[in-house]
Amino acid sequence: MITDEPAIWTQGLRKSYPGRGAALDGIDLAVPAGTVHGLLGPNGAGKTTTVRILATLASFDSGQAWVAGRNVARDRAGVRARIGIAGQYAAVDGILSGRQNLEMFARLHRMRAREARARADELLERFDLVEAAGRPVRGYSGGMRRRLDLAVSLIRSPRVLFLDEPTTGLDPRSRIEVWDAVRELADSGTTVLLTTQYLEEADRLCSRITMVDRGRVVAEGTPAELKSSVGGRDLDEAFLLITEGA
Amino acid sequence: MTTVTEPTVHGSRITWATVDTWVVAKRHLLHLVRRPDELLGTLMIPVMAVAMFGFVFGEAFGVAMNVPGDEYREFLLPGLFALTMAFGIGNTTISVAEDVRGGVLDRMRSLPMSPVAVLAGRALADVILAVVELSILLALGTLFGWQAHLGVGAVIAALGLLVLLRMAFSWVGILLGLLVSGPEAAMKYFALVFPLAMVADTIVPTDLMPGWLAVPAEWNPLSSTVIATRELFGNMAAPATSWVGEHALTMAVLWPVAIIAICLPLAMARLRRLGR
Ligand SMILES: Nc1ncnc2c1ncn2[C@@H]1O[C@H](COP(=O)(O)OP(=O)(O)OP(=O)(O)O)[C@@H](O)[C@H]1O
Ligand SMILES: [Mg+2]
Repeated sequence: MITDEPAIWTQGLRKSYPGRGAALDGIDLAVPAGTVHGLLGPNGAGKTTTVRILATLASFDSGQAWVAGRNVARDRAGVRARIGIAGQYAAVDGILSGRQNLEMFARLHRMRAREARARADELLERFDLVEAAGRPVRGYSGGMRRRLDLAVSLIRSPRVLFLDEPTTGLDPRSRIEVWDAVRELADSGTTVLLTTQYLEEADRLCSRITMVDRGRVVAEGTPAELKSSVGGRDLDEAFLLITEGA
Repeated sequence: MTTVTEPTVHGSRITWATVDTWVVAKRHLLHLVRRPDELLGTLMIPVMAVAMFGFVFGEAFGVAMNVPGDEYREFLLPGLFALTMAFGIGNTTISVAEDVRGGVLDRMRSLPMSPVAVLAGRALADVILAVVELSILLALGTLFGWQAHLGVGAVIAALGLLVLLRMAFSWVGILLGLLVSGPEAAMKYFALVFPLAMVADTIVPTDLMPGWLAVPAEWNPLSSTVIATRELFGNMAAPATSWVGEHALTMAVLWPVAIIAICLPLAMARLRRLGR
């Protein structure tokens, strides 16, 4: 559903960690529903912090944040019922099997046992994990674990999906698989906020990109706009010029 | 373009908290089933306790107490039941610390599940495990000539007290697991279980301890449970000389309830603070 109301909207989002200064120093975001939005920035820019705040996992000091029409600070339960998150490090249970992970998280998403089993089957199939379904996740390769993590984040068909560096450490084939999955999701109406260090990834997937550096937004626009704004030929050059100029 | 389904949440809050708690408990129990060596290691504690204290030290302690070895063992077993409950703290703390590190706890916090269930599931798993451990201990004890003399009702009441104690210790372990810097630190603190389990009326009667140690031993929550269960099993007990000793049955209920009433809210507050 594409409506006028942005699926993610923040204004002046600020957060500091005790004794470390500002991690976020006024982030403004407006992500239209049903689009893939990139959050791009160097290490320590504040990407993970932003995602964790929007996913109700971290608090913030000031500013406003709305996700899927819900106020992040006031209606955590409402936000949680409408989002999925796949963090920078796969957060799945290493001892359980892939199937057990999916079933457990599906049950915690308030699905009935039978529904949970069916959903697990569906997602195992979709992410090419059927063969490994019964094995402990500990023995999965990095790529398989990422795919499982992504599958877990999609259990309840979230309206808004947060992907924090979803393809870091993946081989090219797995990366393309994740890209395909993201596109499919966007086509079915899910809003995706994706952080990445791979500019090619942002270029291919995102309709708009917000560049952040040291907790501030330094540029915003479509990939084409960002490239032309610095007269550079590709996004890599734009990235370097913009973050250095900030 | 397909529409994205709205999540439907039905049922009451308490029903869901119960279901969530069970799902989380099942996860911890599956961990044990999927790693049988871990399960074996856990169940070895009660077995070793009976073997070591019952037979290696049993005769000597019996002499010190002026009773034969098998009579000492009758005194000892309720102590070992409670001691086993205390040793469970280690596992609980380590497992919670691992979850904080591994990110599964974060994932659970991002779900629309009941927040208290994230932790209560661990406590429920511990209680179920405690029942298994107690069954092993009862079987072993019976094998070695230990007996309950006052009927089934009293035995069930005694086991209830032990399980209640374990539940309290489980919340202590959960709180510690959320406070320590990681599973490695949790393992190092494990040594603290020894004074908790032994500066108590478990293995050595408190009147055989030096005076300065006898007081904390008498006030150790473990002691109340041990004395109360000795009464309920009709086993030999040292005569109570202190106020806590005389009110063991009441204290065996009050202590665990008080511990849970303190540790549960603290653990929940700590869980919320993890996201800062
Ligand atoms: N738990 C924390 N405690 C203290 N400081 C933190 C914490 N998490 C992040 N920071 C700090 O906040 C800033 C932003 O970190 P964040 O993880 O959001 O960056 P990032 O853009 O995700 O970086 P990366 O590309 O390396 O993942 C950094 O300076 C970091 O040191
Ligand atoms: Mg990050």
